[in-house]
Amino acid sequence: MSNTNSLSYVRKEMLEQQPAPRSQVGFTRWVRENLFSGWFNSILTIVSIFVIYKILAGTLPWLFGGVWDATSLEQCRTILTERFGNTHYACWAVLTERWNQLLYGFYPETQYWRANLAFVLMLASLAPVLFDKVPRKMLYLTMAFPFLLVWLVWGGTIWGVTSVAVGFILGGVAFKLVDRFGSMALSTIAAVAVALIWWLFIGPSVVGGLNAVAPLGHLQEVQSRDLGGFMICVIIGISGIALSLPIGIILALGRQSDLFIVKTICVGFIEFIRGVPLITLLFTASLLLNYFLPPGTTFDLTLRVIIMVTLFSSAYMAEVIRGGLAALPKGQYEAADALGLDYWKAQRLIIMPQALKISIPGIVNTFIGLFKDTTLVMFIGIYDMLGLSNAIRANAAWNGIYWELFIFIGLVFWICCFAMSQYSQWLERKLRTDHR
Amino acid sequence: MSQAVERHIDRSNMTVSDEVAIQITNMNKWYGEFHVLRDINLTVNRGERIVIAGPSGSGKSTMIRCINRLEEHQQGKIIVDGTELTSDLKNIDKIRSEVGMCFQHFNLFPHLTILENCTLAPMWVRKTPKREAEEIAMHFLEKVKIPDQAHKYPGMLSGGQQQRVAIARSLCMKPRIMLFDEPTSALDPEMIKEVLDTMIELAEEGMTMLCVTHEMGFARQVANRVIFMDQGQIVEQNEPEEFFNNPKSERTKLFLSQILGH
Repeated sequence: MSNTNSLSYVRKEMLEQQPAPRSQVGFTRWVRENLFSGWFNSILTIVSIFVIYKILAGTLPWLFGGVWDATSLEQCRTILTERFGNTHYACWAVLTERWNQLLYGFYPETQYWRANLAFVLMLASLAPVLFDKVPRKMLYLTMAFPFLLVWLVWGGTIWGVTSVAVGFILGGVAFKLVDRFGSMALSTIAAVAVALIWWLFIGPSVVGGLNAVAPLGHLQEVQSRDLGGFMICVIIGISGIALSLPIGIILALGRQSDLFIVKTICVGFIEFIRGVPLITLLFTASLLLNYFLPPGTTFDLTLRVIIMVTLFSSAYMAEVIRGGLAALPKGQYEAADALGLDYWKAQRLIIMPQALKISIPGIVNTFIGLFKDTTLVMFIGIYDMLGLSNAIRANAAWNGIYWELFIFIGLVFWICCFAMSQYSQWLERKLRTDHR
Repeated sequence: MSQAVERHIDRSNMTVSDEVAIQITNMNKWYGEFHVLRDINLTVNRGERIVIAGPSGSGKSTMIRCINRLEEHQQGKIIVDGTELTSDLKNIDKIRSEVGMCFQHFNLFPHLTILENCTLAPMWVRKTPKREAEEIAMHFLEKVKIPDQAHKYPGMLSGGQQQRVAIARSLCMKPRIMLFDEPTSALDPEMIKEVLDTMIELAEEGMTMLCVTHEMGFARQVANRVIFMDQGQIVEQNEPEEFFNNPKSERTKLFLSQILGH
C-alpha cells in the first residue's frame, strides 16, 4: 500500500510559461541555424557573401553612376570620361530621350492623351473584374471599354465602334427572343446570323451615312503601323488575355462533350494550334491571310495579330481548364444533376467556379506566357519595345547601346508579370474555403 | 436490436396511400456487357419507407440512381410521379426537381456556404426570390439542427453535420420523394445517430423514402418494406418483422447472418 502511495502524485499549481533561451529565438537563432550550422556551411556562407559583394561592387556603380541626360551615346561617353575617367557606366539617357517612343511607338505626339486616357480607363475597367469589393456598377464601364479603346486609339468617329456594339446587342436580343422557343443551339445560330447581317450588310452603310451627316466625336485617325512600344504590347496582351479565357472554357467543355462533332472540332482545333509555333501563326496573320480574304477587304493588322495570339493561348487555356475539370469529384456533377440544375447552370454555378479555382496557377501561367509572347510581333514588323530597341540602335546617335534598353524592357515585363503572379496568389488565398 | 437508437416514433403521419409514387416495370441495365440490373419490378406508393439492402455490387445504388436518371436504364419503364423517364431533358429536369437525393459522400458544394448550398437550387431551378429561398433554407437548417452553421463552408463541418446539410439542401426543393444512397456509410460511428434521427423525423412527417443502407436497426424501426437485392435482382421483399425474423430465401438468410451475426 505504501508503495502505491509514494507513486501517486498530483500537481496542485501549474507552472508559469518561461521564455526560451536566447540562442533559440529571433535573429541569433536564424543566423545560427541557417548560415553557421556547421564548418562546411560556415565556409559556404563566407564564400557566398564574398561572391555577392563582388557582383554588387561591379554592377551597382554601373547602375547608379549612369548618365541620364545626353542626346547620343557619343555625348554620354564624353560626360562619363570627364566625370570618372572611364566609360564603365550605364547610359540611361537613351531611356529619357526615347521615353515616348518606347511607350507609344510612332503614335502622333499631339494624340498621346488618347493613349493615356485609354490606359487609365483600362485600369478602371479591370478593377471590378479583379476585386469584388469594387462597386458592381463599374462592370458597365468594363463592357464599354473594348469599344472605347478602339475609338480612342485608332480614332475616327464614334459611329464605327457603335455599329460593332450594336451588332452585339442585336445578336443578344435575337438570342433572347429565339431562346423562348427552345434549343440553345438554335438561338446561338440566330444570334450569330443577326449580328453578321448587321456587321456585313447594314452596319457599314449606316455608319457611312452617319459619318457624312454627323461626324460625332471625330478623332484624328491613326494607322495600326504607327502603334508600338509598350502600348501595343498592352493592347495585344490584354485583349488576348480577356478573350482567351472564355474561348478556352468553351473549348474545354467542348472537348468533354458527348456530341461527336463538337468534340472532334474542339480536339482538332486544340491539337492543331498546340502543334504549331506562335510565330508561324503570326506570319500567317501578317502575310498569308490577305490571299484568302476577298480582294479589297482591309483587315487591320493589329486585329489579325490579336486574333492569332488569342487562338494560340486559348488552346493552352483549354487544356489547363480541362485539368481543373478532371480534378473535380464526380459527386459534384451528380449533386448538381440531382438538384435539377441543367447543364449550363451546373457549369456556371457549380463546376466552373471550382474548376477555375483549381486551375488558377495554370491559367496565370498561360497569361504570363501570352504577355511575354507579344514581343514576337517584332518579327512581323510591328514595333513593340524590342523592335524599337533595334530601331533606336539603327540611329547613328545610339548605335551600340544594348544593355540599358534590354534591362529596361526586361524590368517592364518583370513588373507586369510579377504583378499578375502576386494577384493570382492573393486570389487563391481569398478563395480558399477548406480551412477549418 | 442491433442498434441502441431506440426512441419513440410517432407513427400518426406514417401512412401509406394508394397513390403510386414510383413504378418500375421490367427495368434492365447493362454496363457494357455486364448485366447490372435484371428485370426490376417495383411499385412504391406515396408515404412508403423502403429500405434496400444487399451485398456490395448487388445493384442497389444503381437502381435508385436510375430513379432520378443519374444512371440511364436501357430497357423497361420508370414512371415517377406520373412522368415517364425518357431521354427527354424536360421530363428529367422535372423529375429531378421533385426527387431529392442524399449521397454517401454528401457532395456539398465546397465553394459555397451552407446557406448558399441550400438556396442555390430553389433560386436557379424554382426561381424563388433570394429572400424567400433563404427563409426556406433557414427553416430546414433549423429542422436538421444546424442553423448556427449557416455561414460556414462545408469543409468546416463534421461529417454528420455535412450529411444533415445535404438532407436540408434536398428538402429546400420541397421534394415529394427522397432517395438515400448509403447516407451513413462514410460517417464515424458517433455521427451515424444524428443522421438517422434526422431521417426518422422525415419519415414521421410522411415522406416517401427509398434508402439504401446497412443500418438494420433503422430498417426495423422505420421501414414498412425491406427489399433484398443480389446480383442485380430483387431477391426478396417483405415487411421488416417478417424479413428479419423469417427470411425466405437462402441468400437472404446468409446475408442477414453475416450482417447481424457479430
